[in-house]
Amino acid sequence: MDWLQSLRLAAPEILLSLSGLVILLASAWANGPRAARLATWLAVVVLAVAGAMTAPVLFAGAKGPETLAFSGLFAADAFAAAAKLLIYAAAGASLLVAPAFFERFRAMRAEYPVLVLFAVLGMSMMVSATNLLTLYIGLELNSLAAYVLAAFLKTDDRSAEAGLKYFVLGSLASGILLFGMSLTYGFTGTTDFAGIATAFKDGLPAGGAFALVFVLAGLAFKISAVPFHMWTPDVYEGAPTPVTTFFASAPKVAALGLTMIVSLKAFGTQAPAWQPIVIFAALASVYWGALGAIGQTNIKRLLAYSSINNVGFLLIGLATATPAGASAMLVYLAIYVAMTIGGFVAVLMLKDSEGNPVEAISDLAGLSRERKVLAASLAVVMFSLAGIPPLLGFWGKLVVFQSAVQAGMFPVAVLGVLGSVVGAFYYLKVVKVMYFDEPAGKALGKSDGVHQTILALCVLFLSPLGYLVVKCLTALADLAVAALLTAA
Amino acid sequence: MSGFPILSVMLAVPLVAALACLLSGAAAARTIALIATLIDLVLGAVLWAQYDIGGAQWQFQENVALFQGFAWKLGIDGIALMLIMLSVFLMPICILASQSIEKRVGEYMAAFLLMETLMIGVFAAQDLLLFYIFFEAGLIPMYLIIGIWGGAERIYASYKFFLYTLLGSVLMLIAMLWMINEAGTTDIPTLMAYDFPADAQKWLWLAFFASFAVKMPMWPVHTWLPDAHVQAPTAGSVILAGVLLKMGGYGFIRFSLPMFPQASADFAWLVFVLSMVAVVYTSLVALVQHDMKKLIAYSSVAHMAIVTVGLFAFNVQGLEGSMIVMLSHGLVSGALFLCVGVIYDRLHTREIDRYGGLSINMPKYALFFMLFTMASVGLPGTSGFVGEFLALTGIYKMSSWVALVAGSGIILGAGYMLYLYRRVAFGDQKNADAAAMPDLSAREWLMLAPIAAVVLWMGVYPESFLAPMRADIAALDARLAEARPEGDARLTPGNPAAAKAYEAQSHETAAHGGAH
Repeated sequence: MDWLQSLRLAAPEILLSLSGLVILLASAWANGPRAARLATWLAVVVLAVAGAMTAPVLFAGAKGPETLAFSGLFAADAFAAAAKLLIYAAAGASLLVAPAFFERFRAMRAEYPVLVLFAVLGMSMMVSATNLLTLYIGLELNSLAAYVLAAFLKTDDRSAEAGLKYFVLGSLASGILLFGMSLTYGFTGTTDFAGIATAFKDGLPAGGAFALVFVLAGLAFKISAVPFHMWTPDVYEGAPTPVTTFFASAPKVAALGLTMIVSLKAFGTQAPAWQPIVIFAALASVYWGALGAIGQTNIKRLLAYSSINNVGFLLIGLATATPAGASAMLVYLAIYVAMTIGGFVAVLMLKDSEGNPVEAISDLAGLSRERKVLAASLAVVMFSLAGIPPLLGFWGKLVVFQSAVQAGMFPVAVLGVLGSVVGAFYYLKVVKVMYFDEPAGKALGKSDGVHQTILALCVLFLSPLGYLVVKCLTALADLAVAALLTAA
Repeated sequence: MSGFPILSVMLAVPLVAALACLLSGAAAARTIALIATLIDLVLGAVLWAQYDIGGAQWQFQENVALFQGFAWKLGIDGIALMLIMLSVFLMPICILASQSIEKRVGEYMAAFLLMETLMIGVFAAQDLLLFYIFFEAGLIPMYLIIGIWGGAERIYASYKFFLYTLLGSVLMLIAMLWMINEAGTTDIPTLMAYDFPADAQKWLWLAFFASFAVKMPMWPVHTWLPDAHVQAPTAGSVILAGVLLKMGGYGFIRFSLPMFPQASADFAWLVFVLSMVAVVYTSLVALVQHDMKKLIAYSSVAHMAIVTVGLFAFNVQGLEGSMIVMLSHGLVSGALFLCVGVIYDRLHTREIDRYGGLSINMPKYALFFMLFTMASVGLPGTSGFVGEFLALTGIYKMSSWVALVAGSGIILGAGYMLYLYRRVAFGDQKNADAAAMPDLSAREWLMLAPIAAVVLWMGVYPESFLAPMRADIAALDARLAEARPEGDARLTPGNPAAAKAYEAQSHETAAHGGAH
């Protein structure tokens, strides 16, 4: 009976792993681009089904002991469901945009959807983790799939380099995280989050502080927060653009969700101990992301710095250590996913007349006269990333800063908001190149219908029309956060 | 009030037209833009006609609650009404002035129409966050207008405009969030009556000041203005000078003064010092400009400084004067930019020395230009006089030194404006190409004549414009009464014999009348 209950709670993950294995087996026999395309669509359907299975959990606001499965190693509560839905949506989008890109390089293989499915499975486990071991298994499953994905274009040196860099630095981060986890276990005698919280209830021993720092450092690698961000621009630039789309969206959600779980649940009783660390990482990410982006000439590198910058704003929500801050983070995350996917899909659509990808910012010159709609969409994404109202990116920043103000963290809010002005500078640069400069005649190529559809959906969501769903988004985020904090 | 949501319609008309312009060709876009702005002008006229002077403080209210206490809440008082009228009045003129724009007409018109929506939105919003969204969103179309259709240095100017104003505004956003948290509402009328703690008021005031001072602009954060003005296309300059600068003044009168009266009183000295520097310094800078637009831009800074001293005079005359200066400056500086645009379209230079003796070959143009020059100087009979006189009267009650320095701006203003006019319109026709320019066309008549009419109207019978605002300014004055700093004028009502005699006489007549 208990097993049945556990299996029922973990049904989306079971579906993901079984479908991943089946597609892997099938693709061993049915090779070729058509089979790969079919496998991609199948994977999207699997993600949609998994999403449909997860959504009721979020809408019901499931929380408490009845969401725990496998003797408390795994929780299928509303918070996990919220993160999973974002992950599935982001992964689905990165799958859909892939065939048109890889087929050009004759590199579309069924491994791509399989690897994405396994990465998604890992992420699903991460956000459902209630135990350091579940956390680590999920994280590693995601990471291993991601290393291969980064190097997916076997014939491209930059892709291979990105894969290697990601692997080396990611392993280092995993090591640091594992070290922190073993220290935690050593000082508490448990790997269970609730147990850790109880053990640290009366104060953090010196060793516990070490453990905390190492765990947070390992997680900071995964979310690419300063000072552990240095791999991000290289990997984002080198990896094939659909893979970059994936990296910048789904794993960010998973790793941030995990960071929230670890900070608010496992170390939830010791918020004053980690708040300074998170505040530092947040502000450093905001400023480093903004300043580092200014000199960039490659649009993918620019978006990589932009993601560092955005992680900074997200961490401001975490730094408040309040339910309002956590809820604001989730709302921002949802908006961030749309902005990131929109941004990278727009980059995917930039092709020269022969269909080769265009990535240099200077090649976007005068895009507004050659590709009106594309330029306008990219401008919407850029202004939204800069947080200019009435675009939805503004709302994300607003709720995060509101939570910071409510928590009485004025210096953080003021420094953060000033950082957003610095950031606005380079977003403006992209708009300037597209709208003010004389046409360079580079990015003339036609774009794929799927790309257009996904970009249109993202832009519609980011346009003022997106405010129509804000109410629903906020309500769901509140449900998710209630679940996260109940279990603690 | 009927249930017709006139303010929402006024917001929607230009927005829909903007979308239509994006999708249509050049000629169609011009027509659509002109029709949409004229519809809004008519709606504005209806709004003014329907406005019940002496009625409820907030009229034409609309309120649809959205989420998290955030509401689509619109409504206007007399102050907002007048500024909305200014916006809708200038917009069709801007569209007419944009005939010389040749490239990307559809996008240009769309940007202007979007601006109109956002400007009306700023003045009509009654929800704090809604206000902020309208206030900030204006950056995007203005950035594009300056950057795409501007002059040679347009890119530098557009960045400077965007980042300066954004920097000021984000601080205001944090202050707004604090206020919402403290007062538990985003409703502007409620917040206007809310008493924030005195020590918090200081910080909030400074944060709002950071935004409005940049928008206004006040010295020393005014440097974006000359760049943006000079580089923007003519119509862009008109909107910038005519309406966007007024958002700063509107911000002071709607937020800083009523919400933080104590802090406003405490920081009045800061405003006075910055304004005094601005009046003298920017007037002197204007005196040595070779570029006509730059000269008018610097004169805007000087005029806006008179607005700020008037606002912080804490009395009815100062507030009323500041409002009239804002309205008058909106019309006059807009018209002056149009005058520059008229000759720029012919000769493609704004260099003052390239012109001369225009009154010979362009007498009608010279007449309009003279009227607006005089209005800018503040000649009695024009709108400029009424506003400056009231504002200076107000500040004289507060501090005679500030009044003295600010008053010197009028003299300096006469200096640089008359000097400009002499060099452009009088003297010898030293440049053959300038001498060959034709006089005003029918379209240019249509642009300048309405503004000239309103400038004279406001100069001769300002009551039309003061009446809707009177009750609101009185309410604001009452709100400020507690915090009002003591002025150095110490005026005591005299007891002149003539008045007594008159009173006695009128009593007598009244008595006689009763007897009959």
